[in-house]
Amino acid sequence: MAQPAIPASRPLPVTIPVREILPWAVFAAVVGLILIYFVGAEQGATHLISGHTVHEFVHDGRHLLGFPCH
Amino acid sequence: MPTMRSLLVRGMLVGLVAALLAYVVAWFAGEPQVAAAISIEEAKAAAAGEAAEPELVSRTVQETAGLLTALLVYGAALGGFFSIAYALAHGRLGALGARATALAVAAAGFVVVYVTPILKYPPNPPAVGNPDTIGRRTTLYFAMILIALLAAAVATYAGRALSPRLGGWNATLAGIVVYAVLVGVSYALLPRIDEVPGDFPGDTLWWFRVSSFGVQFVLWAAIGLLFGGLTERFLRQGARAEALLHPAGTA
Repeated sequence: MAQPAIPASRPLPVTIPVREILPWAVFAAVVGLILIYFVGAEQGATHLISGHTVHEFVHDGRHLLGFPCH
Repeated sequence: MPTMRSLLVRGMLVGLVAALLAYVVAWFAGEPQVAAAISIEEAKAAAAGEAAEPELVSRTVQETAGLLTALLVYGAALGGFFSIAYALAHGRLGALGARATALAVAAAGFVVVYVTPILKYPPNPPAVGNPDTIGRRTTLYFAMILIALLAAAVATYAGRALSPRLGGWNATLAGIVVYAVLVGVSYALLPRIDEVPGDFPGDTLWWFRVSSFGVQFVLWAAIGLLFGGLTERFLRQGARAEALLHPAGTA
């Protein structure tokens, strides 16, 4: 790519092709949704693990992050 | 050009750092409200002659390790999502550089993922909310987040489509109007949740909600500023290395 090399000036951002972002977006979405599920909803509205320990452990965070808790 | 993998790793790490900062707000502003609400809950249970609930996790663990873990897990997840949104916006927001792009993405994320849903379904401290409706309230809250994301997608599409005709500034305003109308209509159509007990102190409720807002604000602001600063530095170093390899005129 022929670009004039201007040292230390604001580098103009080059776009990242959507094709390249897509697989990472799917990966981040799956990991992110699992993480947010455990903080925001596990042992509240629904549960994968029985009991209340996960709910009680993240209790204050769930309240303060804005999720309905109980 | 930064690789997608490095952006995702940067986003998740920055999310962890942001969570540490958010913990400071949660500890000093949020915990006193949670403690006040729990003492109201316990006083009510005692007055009703109910036995005290067994403590599965002690209050000390809840407000330290539990709260910190919840924030770190949420921060890492948000940071990951943020890096994807940043990658899509990078170089596509007119002449905005890395820092301004990151800040714009963080501001939009804060408004769409947190502010929009909580204006309809505000966060509540312990002792507020009927346990029997937790399923419905959770569904409505997550539905509101999803609607806000869809509205933002439609607004972005509209703004980009209008930008050749209206110019960047007015097209952005048009996109914001599209977003506001879609959100306003969904606010009007979705049911209200009205479960705050009449005798719950309004002051505790207000400061709990302000604290929640503060926790999320610091989280998003720190992600946007740190991610933007680090990416800007990475791009500058890249530009400098490029200039050394190909001095002006030889490129």
